[in-house]
Parts: sequence; structure tokens; C-alpha cells
Amino acid sequence: MLSVLALTSVVLLSLASQITAIVVYTSWEKHALVGSDVRLSCSFFSWHWTSPDVTFSWQYRPDGAKEGISIFHYGGGVAYVDNKGPFRDRLEFVGNPSRRDGSILIKELDFSDNGTFTCDAKNPPDIVGHSSSVRLLVFEKVPVQAGVVTGAIIGVVLGLLILIVAIYYLMRFLVARRVFSLSMSKHGKKGKGKEGTQQKQALAVADPVKLKAAASEKKKQESRREKK
Amino acid sequence: MLAILLATIVLHLTDLIILFISTCANAWRTDGVRNYHLWYDCTQKNGEADCSGTSDADWLQAVQALMVLATIFCLISFIFFLCQLFTLVKGGRFFFTAVFQVLASLFVMSGAIIYTVMSPEVKNDNDAYGYAFVLAWLAFPLTLISGFIYIVLRKKE
Repeated sequence: MLSVLALTSVVLLSLASQITAIVVYTSWEKHALVGSDVRLSCSFFSWHWTSPDVTFSWQYRPDGAKEGISIFHYGGGVAYVDNKGPFRDRLEFVGNPSRRDGSILIKELDFSDNGTFTCDAKNPPDIVGHSSSVRLLVFEKVPVQAGVVTGAIIGVVLGLLILIVAIYYLMRFLVARRVFSLSMSKHGKKGKGKEGTQQKQALAVADPVKLKAAASEKKKQESRREKK
Repeated sequence: MLAILLATIVLHLTDLIILFISTCANAWRTDGVRNYHLWYDCTQKNGEADCSGTSDADWLQAVQALMVLATIFCLISFIFFLCQLFTLVKGGRFFFTAVFQVLASLFVMSGAIIYTVMSPEVKNDNDAYGYAFVLAWLAFPLTLISGFIYIVLRKKE
């Protein structure tokens, strides 16, 4: 049974690898401050095992330019960083190719680094696939996105409201349960009414937080008595 | 008794409507052909409105949040009022209704004050405050009065 399953899965995998391509993942956009470092992540999905000949290449296309230049290449187990272009001495390979991670780190950002970075990964024999791009936006001051502050304020206030209501009902429930169990254990059914109020009064004096709950319980008792 | 109840309900509904209009209408300031704040920046061009989003300023987002919260709290207090009208014991006070209404008035006050203090200076002669801004300032005393009425109001059979 197990061997049949293993055989089917191997056959399926070999079939699948011929109909699906390699899929490269990067972020969509990266926001960073001038002078800071940014890590551009790149990963891929492939049906094949990670080959020792896996390659990662990064390309940079400035905003407004038509063509891009190659700034990084990893192949044959060696990482080649930019030593002539705009990122010389600023680029560092921080990925782990055996874990399918081809991320790079760019240090000391400047406004001229705005642009699109394209990552292309190849996992032989799985070499057919689209590359993926990440846009880098460099800011002097990271802007507050529209609606973040609004949503935060509304969320916090409504959350506090729900929390206060929940605590209030919890307190009432706990007080009612404690009073009920005390009166039942000590005096039974006969002196329940009187002892109940006395217990409630003692509790009210002892714990000012439960005063409100006790007061509403008293009100209910009074209305019950009035009806009687 | 019925007259007081009706008047209170009318006042509360008026508050609710004023708050809704003030929050949703995009007319806190106008510049003749251009009306902007609280949500969009729209310019009238040959009968068409050319709109873009307002700046992402922190204070503007705070005003947006406070106005929305004031409207929500006024609505909650109205629902609470209708609930408490039927479930409250005789002689009881509309405590929760009053609390929410007063909170709504505080939020409207904060929003209107923040907007008044932080809104950009008058640029030309046509620049003026819009009707939504006036309604927001009007909503503050009305909701406060409504809240105080609920504090003193007692339920009678």
C-alpha cells in the first residue's frame, strides 16, 4: 500500500513539474528612509528539489529609465555583488540559497535609489518562469498612510467600549454568583432575602468596584418587593 | 409627559441627522469653486467635479475619527434610549443614554476644536468655512443639552 502511494506521488510529481513553472516571490513595494538599510527579499517555489546549481539574479531599473542593469548574481555557489555600478560597496548578499532565499541588503539609501528591482531565480532543471519585481521608494520622512490614524482611533475607542461593557457584565455576574452561593451555603431558603441584602451590603462596603453592581441588584430586589 | 418625551426624541433625532450630515458631507471649507475637507478635495470645473483625496495630515485623520465616533455614539445612545424606555424600572434614570450622548458631544467638541485650530490659513477672499463645519459646532451644544436632559429625565408610568 505504502509503496503504491510512493510510486503514485513520484509519477505525479514528475508530471506536475512538466506543467508548472518556477514561481518567484518578492515584496510588492518597499518603503525606506534616506540613509537607512533595506532588505529586498526574493524566494521561489519549484516542484523540484533545490539544485546545487540554483541561481539568483537581481536587476535594477531606475525610475524613468527604460532598461535595467544587473547588480547581483549568485551561481555555482558563489555570490557576485555589484562592484562597478551604483551599488558598489553598498550591496550585500544575506540570503540562503539552500533554503531558497535570495535576499539582498542595500545600505545607506539615497533618493537616487528609487526604482524597480527585479529578481530572477532559476532552479535547474526548472528554469521556465516569470521574474518578480519590487518597487523601492525612498522617503525623507515615512508618511502616515491615509486612514491609518483614523482607523486606529476608532478601533481603540470602540474596543475600549466593548471591553468596559464586558467587564461590567462580568462583574455583575460574578457578584450575583458569589452572593447566591454564600446565602445558599449559610442559611438555606428561609432567611435568603434578608441575609442576601446583608451580604450584598457587606460586599458593597468591602469592594467599591462592585458597588454599582450591588446597587442594581438592590434596585431589582426593591422592585420585586414593590410588586409583592 | 408625552410632550416631553416627543420633544426629547425630536431633539435626539435632530442631533443624529446633524452629525450625519456634518460627518458625511465634504464641505468643511469652501473656496468658491472648490470644497474640501473632511474626506475629499473637489474642484468644480465646467460642471464636473474633479476630486482627489485630502492630505494625509495627522490632525485631519483625528478629526475624521472623532466625527465618526461621535455619530456612532449618538446612534448607540438613541438605541439605548429606545431600549431603556421599555425596560427601565419606574423612577429610573436613563443613565446609559446620557453617558453615550455626553461622550458623543465631547467627541464632536474635540473634533471641531482640532479642526478649528489646525486648519490651514485663509488664502484668498473666497476662502470660507463650509456648512458642515457650522453644523459640527452646532451639534456640540445640542448633544450636550440632550445628554443633560437624559441625566435629569426619570421614567414615569
